[in-house]
Amino acid sequence: MTQSMWFPNGAFPLGWEHYLFGGLCLGAGVALLFVLTGLIGGMSSVYSTTWSWFVDRPFFQQSSLTGSRVWRVAYAGGLIIGAAAWFVWSGQPTRVAVSTPTWQLFVGGLLVGYGARLSQGCTSGHGICGLASLSRPSLVAVVTFMATAFMTANVMWRLVGV
Amino acid sequence: MASTIIPTITRDGAPATKASPVAVVCAALVAGALFGFGLAWSTMIRPEVVLAFLRFQDLGLMLVMGGGVAVTFVAYQLGPRVLPRPLLGGAFALRAAVLDRPTVVGAAIFGIGWGLCGVCPGPAIAGLGAGSYELGWAIAGIALGALGQGITAGKRRG
Repeated sequence: MTQSMWFPNGAFPLGWEHYLFGGLCLGAGVALLFVLTGLIGGMSSVYSTTWSWFVDRPFFQQSSLTGSRVWRVAYAGGLIIGAAAWFVWSGQPTRVAVSTPTWQLFVGGLLVGYGARLSQGCTSGHGICGLASLSRPSLVAVVTFMATAFMTANVMWRLVGV
Repeated sequence: MASTIIPTITRDGAPATKASPVAVVCAALVAGALFGFGLAWSTMIRPEVVLAFLRFQDLGLMLVMGGGVAVTFVAYQLGPRVLPRPLLGGAFALRAAVLDRPTVVGAAIFGIGWGLCGVCPGPAIAGLGAGSYELGWAIAGIALGALGQGITAGKRRG
């Protein structure tokens, strides 16, 4: 008997509720930021705006970066507080340990950081904010990164075995 | 390289007042906390779950994305129609991405990295709040990647 390559344990082997409720909750965060301040809250920008405090190059001293660096750092700090609140609320017995190998996290991170900033958006910037703005460039970006991510993840896992 | 445009006048023609910086920082903290709670609740802070989606083992990420886009869509579309200006002042920004080569090439590179590590920029930071200090490696990579992008692309864009 051969096991299916696609969803061998069903579409939602770990349940579906936490995905939907978590998604609605993170959307509420992006929505609240917009309703209160009018700001568009993608997450990759903070990695460039924070450098503007330390790097004098003209690129990092653009007003679009220096002008948003304070609230973006606060927004990122909120992420940590929110995840910590979930940790307490859900009563996790131990910290959430990550089993993905270190080199994958670091090398993947390099490409994620470079690519997201070149594209001016990531899964939240293009995915959540861009799609919710009905932005065509963001739709193209989402289709593109989904395609290369599916290819990379499957080649690494099914062929290379990591 | 401005990917957002902040209008200088509001919909009713009045000049956009500037929201108090302290109020904006507080709003960003609270909004970020909701975002982070959602990322942790939906287990998107776990690279293993994201990779399971990309390996066609668990469709959950589609629900997260769908739920997030649905709520944000309502706010983005209704907010500027119902409110003359954001509740704390200022003006509603517009996301103004352009469809050009860097947008597509960057997205392709982002996807390769995401497929390799299963971490996106937001969850990498949020995960620290749940004790996933291993994600510091991803944060270091993303920050260095962003630095490299700024150094190499400064002339082409910006």
